[in-house]
Amino acid sequence: MSVAVTIEAIDKRFLAFQALRNVSLDIQPGELVALLGPSGSGKTTLLRLIAGLEQADAGRVLFGDDDTRDLSLRDRRIGFVFQHYALFKTMTVAENIAFGLRSRPRAERPDGAEITRRVKALLELVQLPDLERRYPSQLSGGQRQRVALARALAIEPQVLLLDEPFGALDAKIRKDLRAWLRDLHSRTGHTTVFVTHDQEEALELADRVAILHEGKLEQVGTPDDVYDHPATPFVCEFLGEANRLPVKIVGSQAFLGDRPVLGGLTQNQSGPAALYVRPHHLKFVDETPLSIPGVVEQLRRTGALRRAEIAVAGLTKRLDLDLTSQVAPAIGERVRVKITHATAFATA
Amino acid sequence: MAASAASSSWRQPSVLPGLGLSLGITLTALSLVVLIPLAALFIKAASAGPAEIWAIATSPRTLAALRLSFLGALFAASINAVFGLILAWVLVRYEFPGRRLVDAAVDLPFALPTAVAGIALAAIYAPNGWVGSLLAPYGIKIAYTPLGVMVALIFIGLPFVVRMVQPVLEESQGDIEEAAALLGASRLRTIFTVVLPPVMPALLTGFVLAFARAVGEYGSVIFIAGNVPMVSEIAPLLIVIKLEQFDYAGAAVIATMMLLISFALILLVNLIQARTRRKLGDV
Ligand SMILES: Nc1ncnc2c1ncn2[C@@H]1O[C@H](COP(=O)(O)OP(=O)(O)O)[C@@H](O)[C@H]1O
Ligand SMILES: [Mg+2]
Repeated sequence: MSVAVTIEAIDKRFLAFQALRNVSLDIQPGELVALLGPSGSGKTTLLRLIAGLEQADAGRVLFGDDDTRDLSLRDRRIGFVFQHYALFKTMTVAENIAFGLRSRPRAERPDGAEITRRVKALLELVQLPDLERRYPSQLSGGQRQRVALARALAIEPQVLLLDEPFGALDAKIRKDLRAWLRDLHSRTGHTTVFVTHDQEEALELADRVAILHEGKLEQVGTPDDVYDHPATPFVCEFLGEANRLPVKIVGSQAFLGDRPVLGGLTQNQSGPAALYVRPHHLKFVDETPLSIPGVVEQLRRTGALRRAEIAVAGLTKRLDLDLTSQVAPAIGERVRVKITHATAFATA
Repeated sequence: MAASAASSSWRQPSVLPGLGLSLGITLTALSLVVLIPLAALFIKAASAGPAEIWAIATSPRTLAALRLSFLGALFAASINAVFGLILAWVLVRYEFPGRRLVDAAVDLPFALPTAVAGIALAAIYAPNGWVGSLLAPYGIKIAYTPLGVMVALIFIGLPFVVRMVQPVLEESQGDIEEAAALLGASRLRTIFTVVLPPVMPALLTGFVLAFARAVGEYGSVIFIAGNVPMVSEIAPLLIVIKLEQFDYAGAAVIATMMLLISFALILLVNLIQARTRRKLGDV
C-alpha cells in the first residue's frame, strides 16, 4: 500500500522567482518525513509538486517506479491535508469523509452501507466518534484538522501529505496532536510527508527531517543527525539557539583571539571559521586549559532550564549558557566556561 | 413567567449599547418611508368597495398584465441567475484582455436611466434594428412582443446576480477544488457538489433582487413592449394608465395585488434562504 517517493532534481520557478532549486529527496515506503524551513522557503511548493497540484520546470517525481506525470490526480491516490483544511462547508462531517469514496467510478464504489461503516471507522480512528452530522462550522480547529485527515485517509492513499498540520492550532493542542499523529502513523504506516516551520515539531515527530532554505535542500537526515551534525550554518541556527564565536582554526585547535578554546577538531580546515555552540554545550569549569573567562551579566528562566548570559572580552554578543545544576553563580561573578561540543564552519 | 423572562432579556447589558435608541429611529424611519405609504395604498384600494375591487382584480386585462409582469420577472430572473453566475465565474476565475472592461460594463444597467435603456433596446431589437433585422427573416419578433419585455427585464436584472455572486466566488479558496480533485472527483462533480453549494445563498439573493427589480420595472419596458393590452402590457403600465384616467381606486387595487404577491414570493424565498444559511453556520 505504501510506496516509495523519489524526488529527482526538481526546479520550480514562478515567473522570475525561483521557488525550488535542484531539490532531490528519496523517501522510503512507510517513512515519516518532515519538510522544515522558514516561511517562504518553498515547503508548500514542494508538497504541491509531489501531489501534482504544481508542475515542475525540471526534474520528476516517482511513486515507486511510476513517473507521476503519467498519472491523473485521482490515480496518484494522494491524501492531502491542506493548511486551512479545505473542508467542504456545505457537507456534514460524514459527507466530507465519504466524498472520496463517493467520487469513485461506479464499478469501484463501495455501497452505501459500506461507506457508512468506513466513515464510522475513520471517525473512530481520528477519535471523533458521533460527530457525523455536524457541519465544519460547528467544529473546533483541532476537530476540523482531524476531519480533514480522516477525509484524506478515506481514499486509502499511497502517500499522505500534510501542509502545516498543526499550524493554526494553539500550543497545547499542537503537542497533543503531535503524539497522536506519531501514534497514528505507526498504526497505519502510510508514507507521510509533513510540512512545518517548527523545528521542535519536526525533530520530535519525523523519522527524517529535510531542511529547506530559499528553495534549496540544505540537509536531510535523522533528527539526531541534523541536530548534532548540522551541515550548514543555516541548519545549525534554524534548529536551535546557538552561540556564534568567530575563531581561527590552526591544526586541530580553535582560537578565540589568541586563546585556544576548543581542541580535537578533526576536519582539516585551517583558517578563519565560525564556531557554533549550543547553550547546553557550555559549562562552568574551574581553571582548566581551553576555558574562556567571562563575567555573568544576566540570569534568566527559559522553561525548565535557567540561562546565564556571560560577557566575554573580545565578543560583542554575550554567551548563552544553560545551567545544568541548581547552583548558579551570582550576577557580576567572574567565571570560566568550557565548550563541550561545537560545530565549526569555515568563513571566507 | 414568559413575560418576565422576556423583559429581563430585554434589559440585559450588551456589548453594543443603544439598542432602544437605534430601534426607535429605525422603526420611525421605516414607518415614515415604507409602512405609512403602504397603509395609505391599502386604504385607497379599500375605498373602492368589495364588488368593485373584485371586478377590477379579476378583469381579464388586469390578470393578463399581472401574469406578464410576474411570469416575465420570474423567467428573466431565472435566466439572469444562470448567466449571471456564469459571467461572475468567468470574471473571477479567468484573466483575459478586457476583463476589467467587462467587469465595469456589468454595472451599466444600474447606471443607465431606464428610459435610455428602453430606447436603446427597442432600437436594436426592432425589426429594422441590428439584432432584430437578423432575426426577422426567421419570423422571430422581439420588440413589441412579450419577448421584448423579457429582453428588457433580463437586461436590467443582470447586475444584481453578478454583483451578489462575485464576492462569494472570489472568497471561496481554490483549495477546496484541489481537495476535491485529489479525492478523485471529476471536474463536473467538483463544480456541482463543492463549488456551487456555498454560492447558493448569494445566488438566491441575487435572484430575488433581480426578480423584485423586474416586477417593478417600468421605464425600459414600455419602449420595447409595444404595450398591446392583453399581450404585452405590464402591470405597472396598467397602473399608470388607470392613474391617467383618474381611476385612483383602480390603480390602488392593482398596486395592492402586486404588493401582496411580491411580498408572498419574497417571504417564501427568504424561508428557503434561512434554511440553507443555517447549514453554513454564521457565514
Ligand atoms: N503561485 C505562486 N505564484 C508566485 N509565487 C509563488 C506561488 N506560490 C508560491 N510562491 C512563492 O514561492 C515561495 C515559496 O512559497 P511556499 O512554498 O508557499 O513557501 P512555504 O510554504 O515554505 O512558506 C514564496 O516566496 C512564495 O511567494
Ligand atoms: Mg506554506
